[in-house]
Amino acid sequence: MENMNESAPILKVEHVKKSFGDLHVLKDISFDLKAGEVLSIIGPSGSGKSTLLRCLTQLETVDGGLVQVDGKDMVVPGVSAKGPAVKYAPAKTLREIRLSTGLVFQNFNLFPHLTVLQNLCLAPVRVLGDERKDARAKGQFLLKRMGLEGKEKAYPCELSGGQQQRVSIARALAMNPKILFFDEPTSALDPELTGEVLKIIKKLAEDKMTMVIVTHEMAFARDVADKVIFMDGGVIVEQGTPDHVFRKSGNERLAQFLSRFTNA
Amino acid sequence: MSELSTLLPILWGGFCTTLAIFGLTLLFSIPLGLLIAVLKMSKWRVVRYPVSFYISVMRGTPLLLQIVAIYFGSYYLSEYAGVDFSFDRFPAVIVAFSINYAAYFAEIFRGGIQSISKGQYEAAYMLGMTRTQTFFRIILPQVVKRVVPASANEVITLVKDTSLAQVIAVTELFALAKKQQAAYASIYPLFVAGVFYYVANLLLSVLFAYVERKLNYYK
Repeated sequence: MENMNESAPILKVEHVKKSFGDLHVLKDISFDLKAGEVLSIIGPSGSGKSTLLRCLTQLETVDGGLVQVDGKDMVVPGVSAKGPAVKYAPAKTLREIRLSTGLVFQNFNLFPHLTVLQNLCLAPVRVLGDERKDARAKGQFLLKRMGLEGKEKAYPCELSGGQQQRVSIARALAMNPKILFFDEPTSALDPELTGEVLKIIKKLAEDKMTMVIVTHEMAFARDVADKVIFMDGGVIVEQGTPDHVFRKSGNERLAQFLSRFTNA
Repeated sequence: MSELSTLLPILWGGFCTTLAIFGLTLLFSIPLGLLIAVLKMSKWRVVRYPVSFYISVMRGTPLLLQIVAIYFGSYYLSEYAGVDFSFDRFPAVIVAFSINYAAYFAEIFRGGIQSISKGQYEAAYMLGMTRTQTFFRIILPQVVKRVVPASANEVITLVKDTSLAQVIAVTELFALAKKQQAAYASIYPLFVAGVFYYVANLLLSVLFAYVERKLNYYK
């Protein structure tokens, strides 16, 4: 992961707000992330973590604030007749941004009617215009990296949850994303299978893949991340290095949250 | 048995007409049904409401009535409008059957499309696929698998419904069988016609079972 300008963040989030009706899910979210860094987002259910991730990946729209991805404005503050609003980038830019971000879903969302290799090759061929041969070679390479050699022709339903999640990571990587987002990647897995997925993500972190990971795995969040954000009630309560968030922060809500995880 | 040797060629002729109605109806009603299903899911009310109305009329009135309405209605309408146009019997039957079956297929397809999880769309979206690519490469192949059992029902019903074409004197299998019934003064021709329908549907059932099995390569 090379970045020409070391100090420029690859992901910049400022004062992001999001409401569903009267429910303010994200109140004022600001943080940034440099290329090659890993960010873990932790917090209780309903704290807005997943919504934040969905906003950053354009699956939801924000109501206020600024999001910048890889130097491109995705959304900037604006004004409308009703007051403060946001202005989204033109569709072409949004698509470029989307192509530079990948998302790994909690429940995989693999395409069930396609084989593992077809799952990996479909978008590179149809969207990026890669040669079928090259896409297959890249797919094979990624499967090997995921420890899934020999599963090319399997259908998702023939794989374990952990294997399916690794395929979905490979599928996202096949698009060469600059940032990879994970929405609770192990929450649908039993503890046995959780480990194999976390191991892969750790490996990606060692390879300096820029990642944003929403997770309930505290030990993992602490070990893999360069930066940790603790969210509660739609705000960032605490952010900093894992050491700071997990040990040195005196925040009461955070301490209370962490006390529920004996392994953290 | 000599009866049968004269009866069979006659009924076979009618059966060919029946098959033609059957085949052409499927050919037109399936794509039309898919289009209607997509329109019914439109986010615009001006599209959705007329389509809903169309479906409710097609499903809420007898096909028999629709055939008559298309055939005679087109005649009176063109008379009224002062243009020289009216359907021949056979095309009228095909139009009536197609728009009627399209309404049923549309509801089956809509159910199938809506049963696909939101996550499939989101995954495709995140991979940069266009809406068209998503529909034809991700959604539709999965819909096909889900709609086969319900569609099989419709297709089998269609074989039997073709007998309604006789209402505007299209000489399909049942119309001919009835004529022979009068000639023979026996229900024997009707029985033979019944065997034709039954065998046709038996073959279709086997075919659909095979298709379902073929599509069972994934869950």
